[in-house]
Amino acid sequence: MAANRPIARPISPHLSVFKWRFTMAVSIIHRATGTALAFGGGVLFLWWLLAAASGPDAYATFYTVARGPIGILVGVGLSWVFFQHLLSGLRHLYMDTGAGYGLAEARSSAVAVFAGAVLLTVLLWVAILSTKGL
Amino acid sequence: MGNGTELGRVRGLGSAKSGVHHWWMQRVTAVANVALLLWFVISLVRLPGLDHASVLLWLRQPVAAVPMLLLIVSVFWHLRLGFQVFIEDYVHDEGAKLLALLALNFYALAGAAAGIFAVLKIALGA
Repeated sequence: MAANRPIARPISPHLSVFKWRFTMAVSIIHRATGTALAFGGGVLFLWWLLAAASGPDAYATFYTVARGPIGILVGVGLSWVFFQHLLSGLRHLYMDTGAGYGLAEARSSAVAVFAGAVLLTVLLWVAILSTKGL
Repeated sequence: MGNGTELGRVRGLGSAKSGVHHWWMQRVTAVANVALLLWFVISLVRLPGLDHASVLLWLRQPVAAVPMLLLIVSVFWHLRLGFQVFIEDYVHDEGAKLLALLALNFYALAGAAAGIFAVLKIALGA
């Protein structure tokens, strides 16, 4: 053991001094979207199910809010959150096999996650609007 | 580490030897979630409507009720495992961490129980 002399070791950069990159952003957003789904998604899902099980009046309350402007906004937001977490989760599963860690490949898979989540969100809402209207 | 005794080693708060199981169940529920949630989203889009009657008619079928029950178990299990890591990473005060983990476990179990009850009530036509 050396003496307690301070050594100028490289220190881990804190959040505020990280340079934003697709790879780190996809990781941070995976946690953020997971949290949003766990609580926002979970509670709304339970509201829907319990309202359906409770009867027409309870369901009518849910249905009115869900089809209103706030409901649609939350729905679009939550579906993007879902697809983002789904795709970055699939990226995690792929990387769990030990693959995809090359700098270029990790970057392009991260970009693909962001692009794919937006694309799937748009496709879902095109499907919803074309089959059900507003 | 502790002071060299067995008890000391426990108090040293080393590995609880359950990390691999946590990691693995996170992945098992993740894969299950991919299948079950894609089924869920596609099923909802394909329903004639999302009004009360349409939803009940759909959930009364075993082919919808059973995957819904599996989805509830897998999703609430997955969020329990995932958010546990979140708490352990960001809540450093031992007391607050314990309370947060307790609250998470209560939320996950109560949420799953409520969801399962709702599906069973609809499916069994009470």
